[in-house]
Order: sequence, then C-alpha cells, then structure tokens
Amino acid sequence: MWRIAVLVLALAGATAFGLWWRARNGRLADVTSQPADGPLAALGVDPSAADVTLVQFSSAFCQPCRATRSILADVARMVPGVRHVEVDAESHLDVVRALDIRRTPTTLVVDRTGRIVTRASGQPRKADVIAAIAPHIPDSETALPDGGTPGP
Amino acid sequence: MSPDPPVDPRGPRFAAWVTTAVLAVVILTGSGWLLAAQAVVFALGAFAGLRYAPYPILFRTLVAPRLAPSATREAAAPLRFAQGVGFVFAAAGAIAYLAGIPVLGILATVFALVAAFLNAAFGLCLGCETYLLIRRLTTKGAPA
Repeated sequence: MWRIAVLVLALAGATAFGLWWRARNGRLADVTSQPADGPLAALGVDPSAADVTLVQFSSAFCQPCRATRSILADVARMVPGVRHVEVDAESHLDVVRALDIRRTPTTLVVDRTGRIVTRASGQPRKADVIAAIAPHIPDSETALPDGGTPGP
Repeated sequence: MSPDPPVDPRGPRFAAWVTTAVLAVVILTGSGWLLAAQAVVFALGAFAGLRYAPYPILFRTLVAPRLAPSATREAAAPLRFAQGVGFVFAAAGAIAYLAGIPVLGILATVFALVAAFLNAAFGLCLGCETYLLIRRLTTKGAPA
C-alpha cells in the first residue's frame, strides 16, 4: 500500500513541477536594465554594431538550443537592425557567473548602449522576442523607451 | 564511443515513457534486479550509443514504421548525457536494494522516475538543465 503512495506522490510532485516549469520556460522576463559592457566585451560582443543584439548562451548537452538558434536567427533575418550571437557557455564560465546564467539556452536582449533589457531562459517564442525588441528598434512604429536615443 | 547521428525526437520521448513504466514497477515491487536491468539499459544508451540502446531499437523497429515520418531531428549528445545521469541513479539504487538498504533504493528510484517522467510528459531534460549549474559550481573561478 505505501509503495503505491510513494509512486503517486512522486508522479504528482513531478507533474506540479513540470507544469510550473512549462509556464515560465522561455518567457522573456523584465530585468532592471543593467549595463553589461564588461561581460559582453569579454565575449567579444560589440552591442553598438546593431540596434539590438540577441546573445544566446548554449552548451553541448542542450536539447532546446538548436531550436532557439533557428528562432533567433530568423528574427535577426526578418527585423533589420537585429543581430544574433551564439556563445558557448562552457568556454566563458566567468561571464556565465557574472551574468548569473543558470541554464542553456539563455537569451539576453542587449540594446545599442550595451544594456540588457530583457532575458529569457529556455526556448523563447518568436512572437515574444519580436515584441520585446520592438521598442529598441529606432524606425519601428513603437515609441522609443524612456530616455532612449535613436541610433545613429 | 562513436558519435550518434541526430534522432527523431519522438524516439527519446517513447523511451522515456518505457523507462517511467519500468521504474514505476520497481517502486511497486521493490525489485533490485529489475532496477539493475534498467541500469544496464541506461549504460548501453550512455556508453555504447543510442543505436545500441534497447528502447530506441524498440521505437525504430515497432513504433516508428507506424507513424508518419518526421523531418525534425534532435542532437544525440544531450540524450546520451541524460542516459548517463539516469545510469548513476539506477546503479546506486540497484546496489542499495541488493545490499539490503531498501530506503536508499527507493529514494534513488524516485529521483530517476521523476526525471524520466518529466522527460516523457514535458520534454524537460533534468540532467541537461542542471549541466551548466554543475559546471559553474565545480569549475574554479570567482564565486558568483
């Protein structure tokens, strides 16, 4: 009897965790806009080269990294002024610690001034990514963010 | 160790459901030998390669021919890594059961069951998710 209870409890706990994980996986979370010039420079990423740079952290043992790569590359192709950079997390563990990257894929949305405006851990949805970058593209119809300056 | 070609993602999901069922039976019966057999299955996938792993063979021969072909492919390396994590838990659990420490056996089996079930039902690879965190913690450097 108690064995059945153990099994049911384990499956119920796993289901609850799975539902919670699925609800927040890949969501673009608003972050307090933080400057990340230092870590980004360590990665060899130059944010001033584009209006928005999508920095994707990947690793060898990562199932959703492939799909995330194609989503972000697609966005970069569709939206002018957006660049996609993929970084191997394992060969930049210091940066991973500095930016508190916990899992792969993690995507940072970086504006032209080198600030991280949003981040997503897990595979993001394409529509969410486009919605998140829109305010940072100068010629998009969306209004510029407070204090934002159009790129040169 | 030979690199595996990318696989149909439905294969690993099928394998995860079979694994979940086997581990559920282990919990219900307390059979250390069945858990040892599952450990061997994990070891084949992790160390010999997915083409030698029993559940993917079952999928390719019995299930896949009945499904519409899928163009989607998924990298094999994360799957093998996950099988390795499963092997560690299953082997530890089997040793505990057979050494007469059923509490530890059940504990290890529950961990493996939860991981297999999350993979089967949600496509969440627990071993893969913790991989970067473990690398962060075990590699020297300035603490976060």
